[in-house]
Amino acid sequence: MTKWDVSNVNKWKSEEFPRGAVIPEAGNSNDYNVGGWRSERPYRDDAVCTQCMLCWIFCPDTSVVVEDEKVVAFDYDHCKGCGICANECPTNPKFGRKAIEMVPEGCELPSAKASTEVK
Amino acid sequence: MPEQKTVAATGNTLVAEAIRQAKPDVIPAYPITPQTTVVEELSKMVANGKMHAEYVNVESEHSAMSAAVGASAAGARVATATSSQGLALMWEELHIAAGMRLPIVMFNANRALSAPINIHCDHSDIMGARDTGWVILFAETAQEAYDNTIMSFRIAEHPDVLLPVMTTADGFITTHAIDRAQVMDDESVAKFVGEYVPSYALLDFDNPVSHGNFAGLGGPYFEFKKQQRAAIDSSMPVIKQVGAEFSELSGRPFDVVEGWGMEDAEIAIVVIGSTAGNARHVARALRAKGVKAGVLKVRVFRPFPGEELRAALRGVKAVAVLDRSESFGAEGGPLYLEVRNALYDMETRIPTVNYIYGLGGSDVRVELMERVYSDLTDIASGAAQPSAMQYLGTR
Repeated sequence: MTKWDVSNVNKWKSEEFPRGAVIPEAGNSNDYNVGGWRSERPYRDDAVCTQCMLCWIFCPDTSVVVEDEKVVAFDYDHCKGCGICANECPTNPKFGRKAIEMVPEGCELPSAKASTEVK
Repeated sequence: MPEQKTVAATGNTLVAEAIRQAKPDVIPAYPITPQTTVVEELSKMVANGKMHAEYVNVESEHSAMSAAVGASAAGARVATATSSQGLALMWEELHIAAGMRLPIVMFNANRALSAPINIHCDHSDIMGARDTGWVILFAETAQEAYDNTIMSFRIAEHPDVLLPVMTTADGFITTHAIDRAQVMDDESVAKFVGEYVPSYALLDFDNPVSHGNFAGLGGPYFEFKKQQRAAIDSSMPVIKQVGAEFSELSGRPFDVVEGWGMEDAEIAIVVIGSTAGNARHVARALRAKGVKAGVLKVRVFRPFPGEELRAALRGVKAVAVLDRSESFGAEGGPLYLEVRNALYDMETRIPTVNYIYGLGGSDVRVELMERVYSDLTDIASGAAQPSAMQYLGTR
């Protein structure tokens, strides 16, 4: 199927839109940045993470990126900042805290040095 | 012309028959007086294998129209029926069905709205839905209800339209009175209505689509409303075309506005639905006395046939618009507002008066129609000034 070309969508006239606000293509939300309304973003400390994959299981927006069976990153173009991953993330007893925490958008991320400190 | 059977049946029976003959795939419905016998008969037909539709017993009219929207988006031909409070409960989905451009066909048995509770005829329910984006047809008789219902499928599914259509008849007066009517054979109706080939069907897995999308925050919402306006505007020539074809097939007349004695009428009543018969009855008697009385019946209310109305009323000296519903606080009833607006563009201003009548099934007696014509005679001769909106037949 040819890709639906929406590059000029802001210039389309009324009659150029598909009837009744139908999107004549499946799965194309992947092409759009829909993470714009996030006020907090999940931050994952790799040193604390046990790779239990609970965040990957619970994420409602499939925004936990897994490579080679390991959580490697978050997809911030689609993550809405709901915080479910941070909520489900189990406390790592060795560090006495979770690997994932929610941090306000626009602030600096916790430094790697402070986060790897063993309690 | 196909062979037709003359039957004695109620409007509701004939509407159910028309729906069966149009072969809908899905019927989600909830019973409500005076629509009940329509869905009762349809469910019986499905249960007895007389029609092959999915009949969905829903828990409310809100669900009936929601299911209709879902089934139509899936690609099914969908029909349902409702009335009064049921139509009111469908309110949000009525707009959704039109906005999503789904060719659902719904019958409405026109009935008063609470409070106080009342199950009888007026147009409060249907007139409340006049701005929902649906095409709205009115029937005077059981025959017209049957004919309009068959035509509704063709109009709704026409590629230039693709809008939901409401086919209506007056509660009890038309829905429950046994009337003489001609019914076509199944094959002729099926051929006339045709196969429904949906575009953008959710169940078309080879061409996946998404329905009910977001178009806010600077998105193209406004552009979609413009599409909708273009669609309902282009439904007028489609309605006329479908009507002409149906007329040829059935041998029965159809027009968006139908006149009686309008060729040389000096005074005229503009009316919707079953009351047209009462008006004609009185106009006929007046004609015998030399009064040039006419009746103009509006059969299609949305899109509004302004041009046709102007053409029919040209040369008339005084017009009375009869409204069977209120538009509380407005300068008249819904039909009056439309008619008067249509007449504004004419070279000669026709004095136009408004009567609200028959609310909650209040009797429309012959002497009320006589009074209207007598008022019109006085206005046309200059003996009386056009009055403000009046209630007709109240104590």
